[in-house]
Amino acid sequence: MLSASLSRRLFLLCALLLGLATALPDAATAQKEPGRQGVFALTNAQIVVSPTDTISSGTVVIRDDSIAAVGSGVAAPNDAEVIDCSGQTVYAGLIDGGTRLGIEEVGSLSETQDFNEIGEVTAHMNALTAVNPNSVHIPVTRVHGITTVITEPSNGMLPGTAALIDLHGYTPRQMHAAGVTLTKLDFPSVGRQGPSDDRSPETIEKESQKALDKLNEVWDRAERYARIDSSVTAAEGRRQPEYIPAMEGLLPVIRGEQPLMITANAASDISVALDWAEERGVLDQVILSGAMEGWRVADEIAEASVPVLVGSVMQPPSRESDRYDRAYETPSLLRDAGVTVALRSGKTENVRNLVFHAGFAASHGLGKSGALRAVTTAPAEIFGIDDLVGTVEAGKKANLFVADGDPFQPTTDVQHLFIEGYKLPLENRQTKLRDEFLNRTPGLSE
Amino acid sequence: MTDSISARLLRAVGGVPLAVVLATLLAAPATAQDRLRADAPDDWLIQDATVLTVTNGTIENGDILVRDGDIARVGTDLSAPSGAEVYDASGEYVMPGIIEAHQHIAISNVNEATNQVTAEVGVGDVLNPYDIGIYRALAGGVTTVHVMHGSANPIGGRNETIKLRYGVTDPQGLKMEGAPRTVKFALGENPTRVYGQGRDQQPRTRMGVEQVIREALRKAERYAEAKEAYENGERDRPPEHSERMEVLAGVLSGDVIVQCHSYRADEILMLMRVFEDFGIQDLVFHHVNEGFKVAPELAAFGDDGAGASVFSDWWAYKFEVYYSTAYNAAVLTENGVNASINTDIPGEQRDMYLQAAKTKRYGDLTDDEALALITINPARQLGIDDRVGSIEEGKDADLAIFDDHPLSVYTKPQRTYVDGVVRFDHEEDPDDMRLRVDPEGTVDLARDGYDRDRRKSCLKGVTFLQATESGLTLQHSH
Repeated sequence: MLSASLSRRLFLLCALLLGLATALPDAATAQKEPGRQGVFALTNAQIVVSPTDTISSGTVVIRDDSIAAVGSGVAAPNDAEVIDCSGQTVYAGLIDGGTRLGIEEVGSLSETQDFNEIGEVTAHMNALTAVNPNSVHIPVTRVHGITTVITEPSNGMLPGTAALIDLHGYTPRQMHAAGVTLTKLDFPSVGRQGPSDDRSPETIEKESQKALDKLNEVWDRAERYARIDSSVTAAEGRRQPEYIPAMEGLLPVIRGEQPLMITANAASDISVALDWAEERGVLDQVILSGAMEGWRVADEIAEASVPVLVGSVMQPPSRESDRYDRAYETPSLLRDAGVTVALRSGKTENVRNLVFHAGFAASHGLGKSGALRAVTTAPAEIFGIDDLVGTVEAGKKANLFVADGDPFQPTTDVQHLFIEGYKLPLENRQTKLRDEFLNRTPGLSE
Repeated sequence: MTDSISARLLRAVGGVPLAVVLATLLAAPATAQDRLRADAPDDWLIQDATVLTVTNGTIENGDILVRDGDIARVGTDLSAPSGAEVYDASGEYVMPGIIEAHQHIAISNVNEATNQVTAEVGVGDVLNPYDIGIYRALAGGVTTVHVMHGSANPIGGRNETIKLRYGVTDPQGLKMEGAPRTVKFALGENPTRVYGQGRDQQPRTRMGVEQVIREALRKAERYAEAKEAYENGERDRPPEHSERMEVLAGVLSGDVIVQCHSYRADEILMLMRVFEDFGIQDLVFHHVNEGFKVAPELAAFGDDGAGASVFSDWWAYKFEVYYSTAYNAAVLTENGVNASINTDIPGEQRDMYLQAAKTKRYGDLTDDEALALITINPARQLGIDDRVGSIEEGKDADLAIFDDHPLSVYTKPQRTYVDGVVRFDHEEDPDDMRLRVDPEGTVDLARDGYDRDRRKSCLKGVTFLQATESGLTLQHSH
């Protein structure tokens, strides 16, 4: 048994440590007000059920983590907390198809970056492992109605798996949305890399071929590894293959169990990547990401039936000779060719601008409902979770928000936000800094 | 408008072999140095628009009469004098040409990173009129840009205020005649990284930055005193001529406006104290992500306050911008600071109207306050508000026309006028607007969003010597 004085000292030490922990400018303690689940009735609301279906006035009932009822004739349950949404609109939570949210904190500080493991072939790395649930960027992002994002590693040809995460939770696994995991292949670029790329055409061709050979060699090994591994599983007594972590990481893709997200931006890279995927028999697992120049080969992409995560949208065109607004038009040019298009911001700290990327895509051919589809139902379909998210329908997960206008307009403010039924406060470090400094006290002192 | 300029351009770019185009261009007389709009009219009547004057409210069904490149009249039911072209802008919105107070387009060098103080150099000497970025800015309604030296040195070089006369091939033709001279200063991580971390020289800290600046200004003060003494006959000879000291003496006398790269509240306060000690009044802070923390001090600086040219929402790309808020522009404005919004990075200036519109989400600014952030406010910061920044009679006819309100995310720029000349036309311009095709330089491509974010244009051209465990390596920053 501890003596009274020792336990008091221990208590003091613990209190001191606790005090230190709270005194540190730690994101976790500084920003998070807890969310709460329960029964909520959003009444008198316009409800955008899906990009093509709007209820002019109705009620959405949220119970625990799900949407319990939606409709104009739905009554608020007796046990519900009623939120009057007159003049406001309910939308499904927005989905971003490509970010570094949670795995990068400060752009110039490598200590805060966990997206870029060393090595060309590190397919066994998992972005989800390194997601920091308390990243300052997460509440900054979700107050705009963005509830779910892909967070993806990079560096090297096969940098690991990307994960779909909901922007609320205290552990990475709590945040992992429906277990969606994608193996990422940053496809070797086969052309010139930009104006500053001064390699000779011969060198470019040689190096391109070398990179493709390397990819094929890796894939040959992975297929062999999978065959041996399968035969071990099938027949007792056979020798295990030598354990190779990256090959182990590729097994789910080789076996057709996991999507392969291929990043390619130049037109020639996209074409070569699609041919490669067909030769390798993985075309039906491929999701194309980036696709800046996808509009140049839109028919090829449509022909291959490969869905695309386009973006970012708001950027200059890839070539000086291209029309100034070509990047804004890429989503609509792909959609018009028959491709399923979702958007990605390609950002970390400004994933919140997904709404403006969508707005620009809308005015450049995609249309408002097309743009809404590209950040709700289309990504839900692409990731195979359209039975769970993407629309405001009974039975779906309660990922939704209430806004006082068009969510893509800068004049609009989000009023209420739910992720997995948790009603989350619309605050973050940026709003707190505003609250503290808008009318600073003391102000000017002599 | 059925003007033939664009049609000619279309033919030149699209239908004729390159050699023929080049031969034609080379054969053009030296006086015709505008390859796109040499004969374009600068007398216009723009009719039936919603005119957003920014300084004098909004005029529904408004007309703007442009004569010789200037705004001659603003009102309703104006009639077109003979010879003036008419543009029917019904259903459209006209705002003053957008002004960006911080950019690095149209120059071939950014940083003279060879000394802590390089006020003698100026980016006006390395203007590149062929930069496609000029046209892309025009396509976003931008007409005037403050092209800046980089932020490697505590005191960098002179900047240049240019008009986006894309098509003009003489670099001098881009300069905005009569715009006040400005010089770049830089505080915080960039200079301490370049000199302290990179070269083991002062400054390594924000303390060092202050003293580098104080020392340079003190020397300039002595230089100016010696010159004056010579001119008064109190000294036999003038001091040895120094272009560096001449520029800094201009800062002390109020002829040169200091435009200072900054982020943190402490360094902003530091420079204001230093300038108060030297009696310098003209000061604009750039980026100034923590400006919201010291807004009362910024507003109270000197006679007219210090200006602040901020990003709409950029942050977290380095540690000194981790404690930022997108409400910065709104908090500064509410506290009486003259604030503007800039985009800094070449390629990003296409959508400045959206960056201004974000203050509707991050704050409660009025439409005019939001538009002022990219028009009259930056004009004041650059000392050119008598010429541009609002739609007023007598000002330059720099106008941006949109098909929807410019603060809507769905708006699209239709036309941009610079000095009354149409420099961007959504309907008529061909896709390829390059002025010069380099047969060696080719297909540029394809940068994804992440890499673009990492392009630190303020530090472009700086080479770092970095010590790592595997030895010394050279790192060239872009």
